Amino acid sequence: MESNIFDMGKIDIAWCPGCGNFAILKALKAALAELEITPHNLVMVSGIGQAAKIPHYLRANVFNGLHGRALPPATAIKAVNPDLTVIAESGDGDMYGEGGNHLINTMRRNPDITNIVHNNMVYGLTKGQASPTSRMGFKTPVQVRGVAIEPFNPIALGIALDASFVARAFAGDFEQMKEILIKAISHHGYALVDILQPCVSFNKLNTYEWFKTHTYYLDNAHDPTDRTAAFGVALEENKMALGVIYQNSERACFETTTTVYEDNKGPFCNRKPNLEKLNDLITSKGR
Amino acid sequence: MGNIPRKIKDDVSLVICGSAGKGIQTVETILTQLLKRSGFHVFGTKEYMSRVRGGSNSTEIRVSSTSRPSLLDRINILVPLDKAALKHVQKRISENTLILADKEHFGPVDEKEAQGLIDFPFSQAASDIGGAIYANSIVAGLLAQLFGIDQEEMSLFLDQFFSEKKPEVIENNQKAAAKGYEIAQRIVEAEGIAIDIERHPHIAEDIFINGAEAVGIGAIAGGCNFLSSYPMSPSTGVLVFLSEQAEKFGIISEQAEDEISAVNMMLGAWYAGARAMVTTSGGGFALMEEGISLAGVMESPAVIHLAQRPGPGTGLPTRTAQGDLELALYSGHGDFPRIILAPGRLEEAVYLTRDAFHLAAKFQIPVFILTDQYFVDSYYNIPSLDFQSKNRENDIIETEDDYRRYRITENGISPRGVPGFGKGLVVTDSDEHDEAGHITEDLDMRVAMVDKRKRKLVDMKKAAFPPELVGTDNYDTLLIGWGSTYPVIREAWSLLGREDVAFLHFSQVHPLHPDTSAYLRQAKKRIVIEGNSDAQFASLLRRHTKQEIHQTILKYNGAQFSVEEMTTRLKETIDIKE
Repeated sequence: MESNIFDMGKIDIAWCPGCGNFAILKALKAALAELEITPHNLVMVSGIGQAAKIPHYLRANVFNGLHGRALPPATAIKAVNPDLTVIAESGDGDMYGEGGNHLINTMRRNPDITNIVHNNMVYGLTKGQASPTSRMGFKTPVQVRGVAIEPFNPIALGIALDASFVARAFAGDFEQMKEILIKAISHHGYALVDILQPCVSFNKLNTYEWFKTHTYYLDNAHDPTDRTAAFGVALEENKMALGVIYQNSERACFETTTTVYEDNKGPFCNRKPNLEKLNDLITSKGR
Repeated sequence: MGNIPRKIKDDVSLVICGSAGKGIQTVETILTQLLKRSGFHVFGTKEYMSRVRGGSNSTEIRVSSTSRPSLLDRINILVPLDKAALKHVQKRISENTLILADKEHFGPVDEKEAQGLIDFPFSQAASDIGGAIYANSIVAGLLAQLFGIDQEEMSLFLDQFFSEKKPEVIENNQKAAAKGYEIAQRIVEAEGIAIDIERHPHIAEDIFINGAEAVGIGAIAGGCNFLSSYPMSPSTGVLVFLSEQAEKFGIISEQAEDEISAVNMMLGAWYAGARAMVTTSGGGFALMEEGISLAGVMESPAVIHLAQRPGPGTGLPTRTAQGDLELALYSGHGDFPRIILAPGRLEEAVYLTRDAFHLAAKFQIPVFILTDQYFVDSYYNIPSLDFQSKNRENDIIETEDDYRRYRITENGISPRGVPGFGKGLVVTDSDEHDEAGHITEDLDMRVAMVDKRKRKLVDMKKAAFPPELVGTDNYDTLLIGWGSTYPVIREAWSLLGREDVAFLHFSQVHPLHPDTSAYLRQAKKRIVIEGNSDAQFASLLRRHTKQEIHQTILKYNGAQFSVEEMTTRLKETIDIKE
């Protein structure tokens, strides 16, 4: 399948020239095409922010919901129609800040969805405040004396909660990013892909160059099923590891824990209540 | 002692009171089931503290010749399971109250407290049988005997009720019930007690449910197959009921991490083709508000069961109120249409909850079912229900290539597709959007979309449930109520016996039925009755009908109006001169 099946044609894209979002969009289209996922079978779920506009820039079904709230509807959509490929994609402020509780609990629930987070360590759409992943000391119009709280570590959180797939990619490396996305989308269960991405407008600290010198790729010696080793990787301070850091394929997916597909494999949209059973239930309430 | 009326006719108010976790519930279940099977009209309601053990909780069981499903202040028979219970219901005790108390278990009581106490030594009897736990069956047996329930009938019921317990336990409960009958016979003979209530054998076939079950049954009838909620009193009963039924009826039931997640899951579920709902209460609903607004802009169906309790803040978690009407009405930022239903009777809760799903799907809007603690926790017998007449219509279309989720239409309703069903793509957005669903800042498109959403109101008003008039058409004074107050206002109204007074009950409070103004215009005096301190429904009526509301009868102490209180306040209010 060609990745242009996802192209929207001539549209006005709200991203800044040079933004890492363009590369992420391109890699996502390529990954989806390689996996033969059609636009009709794909649901892009997002929140609010510059990254969260991505569903409008590729042909797919779209649920562009509230800031921080992409994961709950994504979980529900997959549960109601497991045949769909569901991707929840937003920025670091949306997923790690506003949506923190949903992040924790979606990792626990383990729906078969892919969670892509554009992590540029700054708030873009609201013009340059600190994000949950901003480094200590990072100065902004709000954090005027520099960020004074520890940055959020999504990788360590994911491994701590036994999230079934935890990876990190870099928007400056198209091929590797695409490969990681392919693995994440193919994984059965919740898959987090944290994508490091420069913000050319508001983050003059974490630039393409900065990310290049502060990251490295995991080699074959790393065993992603080794949770303790993965946790060690997640806590490394000098350089951030890129690649699939942790994977647990043993966990059951949320939608397989429900009983709604045992007797009826059909889609929800055609289902009607069983009034006969309901009458039996009501009669039993008379006792 | 000789002054206490020993003969009670037609309508008995029985109250059992004790600390939490001490088995009131067991006595209540056994007794009410037996009474109902025996052909009595039975109503039960409870008030309880926000704690797991201790304190004082009480259950009122009203047994009557005709259906009277409303709270009484009066107590004909009181069974206080401990001394604190007496104090807890003190205000409701009169010289006409028979008090059946275990004097030995009570310990020393002062002379005043001792007056009118009839000794009912169940504690010693229970421990003789095998432990304090058997007190429940003794109490149930005693009360069953007072109401003239056949002992054999009780014995059969207990075998069934305890069927999953060990044989020894069943046997001991049988012994305990028999002991209750024995003590009762002694008391009846000594005190000359006689209860005379007409039985109707057909009641045995009636349905016996509480408000939470009524909402749950209605949800199933409406096709509910997805429930996401966070537990919060008093809304949890619906979550529990539907979770129990989930496997049988193909429902995904998920306890969300918080109410924000719950409401957003619900919207995701509708988007993908489910019929979804949330059940919540004031503070939890407050957290859902942004999600309601999302439903507004996405034109997503949504069903919200909002069981009210007194706020603000945590308020009184286990008590009742009608204080969230304006919260529901104005919840969510921005302008968008919604429907608010407020059942007053159990049948109404069943049918309105069912219809809430149909209306939500048809108009693609949020629909609220507004109940309260009193409503969801009260139960009574109702005749059978009919679901065959109204099943789910095919409200989801198979999409074509050029499908646009928000196609501008005359009635404002755009045919709804779901992802994966048809050739089209389904794009929905919390941003203002174009017809295809994509984000836009075209200000003309913005106006077109707001107007489109608003146009639905025309048909929504046509579909509104009309208010129910109780009494003659030639009224001068109109009593107006909504939601759970229906039975109590109706009973108090009938006790008044005034032909110039009618009662208008609203089970849909927004948008109001077009006949509302005419009903109000006919009255010289309009009195709105509701369970909040701001007279929220009165404000809504004034604004909607441009007519004056002359008096309000409000209650906001956390308890429902009783029949006696309603009667007194109606008498006080009806003849006030302007």
